[in-house]
Amino acid sequence: MIDLKNLTIKKTHEALVRGDYSVVELASAYLEQIKKTDKDIHAYLEVYSDVLEQAKVADEKIKNGTATVLTGIPISIKDNILIKGRIASSASKILENYIATYDATVIEKLKKEGVVFIGRTNMDEFAMGGSTENSAYGPTKNPFDIERVPGGSSGGAAASVASDEALVALGSDTGGSIRQPASFCGLVGLKPTYGAVSRHGVMAMGSSLDQIGPFGKTVKDVEILFNAIKGQDMMDSTTIPDKAVEVLEDKKMKIGVPRDFLNMGGIDESVVKSFEESLEKLKGLGHEIVDIELPNLKYSLAVYYVIVPAEVSSNMARFDGMRFGKRLSGKDGIEDYFLSRQAGLGREVKRRIILGTYVLSSGYYDAYYNKANIVRELITNDYKKAFEKVDVIITPTTPGPAFKIEEKAGDPLKMYLEDIFTVPINLAGVPAISVPFGFKEIGDKKLPLGIQFIAKHGGEEVLFSISKDLLGEK
Amino acid sequence: MLEIKDIEKLAKLARIELTTEEKENLLKEVDPILGYVTQLKEVVSSVGETKKAGELRNVTREDTNPNETESNTEILVADMPESQGNYLKVKKIL
Repeated sequence: MIDLKNLTIKKTHEALVRGDYSVVELASAYLEQIKKTDKDIHAYLEVYSDVLEQAKVADEKIKNGTATVLTGIPISIKDNILIKGRIASSASKILENYIATYDATVIEKLKKEGVVFIGRTNMDEFAMGGSTENSAYGPTKNPFDIERVPGGSSGGAAASVASDEALVALGSDTGGSIRQPASFCGLVGLKPTYGAVSRHGVMAMGSSLDQIGPFGKTVKDVEILFNAIKGQDMMDSTTIPDKAVEVLEDKKMKIGVPRDFLNMGGIDESVVKSFEESLEKLKGLGHEIVDIELPNLKYSLAVYYVIVPAEVSSNMARFDGMRFGKRLSGKDGIEDYFLSRQAGLGREVKRRIILGTYVLSSGYYDAYYNKANIVRELITNDYKKAFEKVDVIITPTTPGPAFKIEEKAGDPLKMYLEDIFTVPINLAGVPAISVPFGFKEIGDKKLPLGIQFIAKHGGEEVLFSISKDLLGEK
Repeated sequence: MLEIKDIEKLAKLARIELTTEEKENLLKEVDPILGYVTQLKEVVSSVGETKKAGELRNVTREDTNPNETESNTEILVADMPESQGNYLKVKKIL
């Protein structure tokens, strides 16, 4: 039996090269685990039927010495990332049978490494949500307590890794959709710098905010996966040349704490306690903790909930039942649009389209969309100023641990408040990582909590370094 | 405050058919969100409209190396809801 719980990319690679087990045996162990646990967890919308064939190809590469560290590594893919010839539905009815016509750039890169794609994971429809309850195919459950959500929108991705149904995963993050589920499921999750990873072949939600990023059980796994998928891409004009901020080994950092922002209330006491413990631990490791001010961050959610619906209403216009996806037939062509979109799109998607149409409509554009962009710049400048003084900023990832299924489903504003710590990072385009730190015990359940580190543009190395130090990872 | 007829107008602009229940729910949900985001007006009136072009710029490339004709036809046609030969089938417009 392979001990899936304690596997990392590096350990797996070494075992595969040594011949302790083959990729086929490894993949079979994951398929076995999926059979055992996924009927309760529902991390996957589809487990691919050719996993073992992919594994055989990877075994060949290992035998003939052309393997990389990622060859044969079992990975799950969020359902909004395209793999040619396979279904990609974004957990929506309108794309139920949509077969991707090309590979996303990140997939192309991973195929070259010879990874094994296990399946496509559940998510909030078109990545709109923070609980995976907005999936048209039923919610995913949190592996730490199946009465609770795994977070979202990349909830399936997080649950797949947390329940050992995949070694690592790819998700996407528009306002916290990687970091919040990573926090709820006790994992490491990275939202890279805006433009660091190509989005060619990922379904757009909030185009000025979306980034693809990795999930793993360790910082090192996330780092390996990030390095494999990053890079400027001709097919995505928002990608930027690699201009990584380098970190010296054993560097002691100046860590900023936005105290005012943390004191606004509504944060669970277990989160406050574990956050203070993380500060103590970092101090003990020789880092310096200083208070900083980010005075405009309190407006982040208001900005986010103007900009996102605006971009959503534009991006969702392509789903009209004409060229691909579900089509319902009306009395004429235009009625086909109306009926197809009514039947194919879910409640949260419709809500954001209507809101976005409103804030972009003539007479309201200046009042909402333009104002949101002005405040967005204030928020970006807050970070710029802060990073003149500190190397990294620290906050909790979420205001509380995983909440119960349906607890917040009826109240969109309450659900949006979940994202208070994660949203401002996407608005500024800086990178951030969530790492597991502490638990909240409720009854016999231990719910994981997360700490978020934020660095300046291109500062992923800073994030990996400080995260490894906090977690004691070598 | 929005009214049902505003929701209907927005739905028409967005090309979505809505049931009466959906319209009522949207009215209930959208209004508090719009109320919440009005704080932006106060912030901006205190700092002034200072929006600059920032670092954003257009990125263009030469339109070269197109795919070979028909190299993707089959897979694209397969995704169409209705097709005839290599054509997308839609209702008559005129």
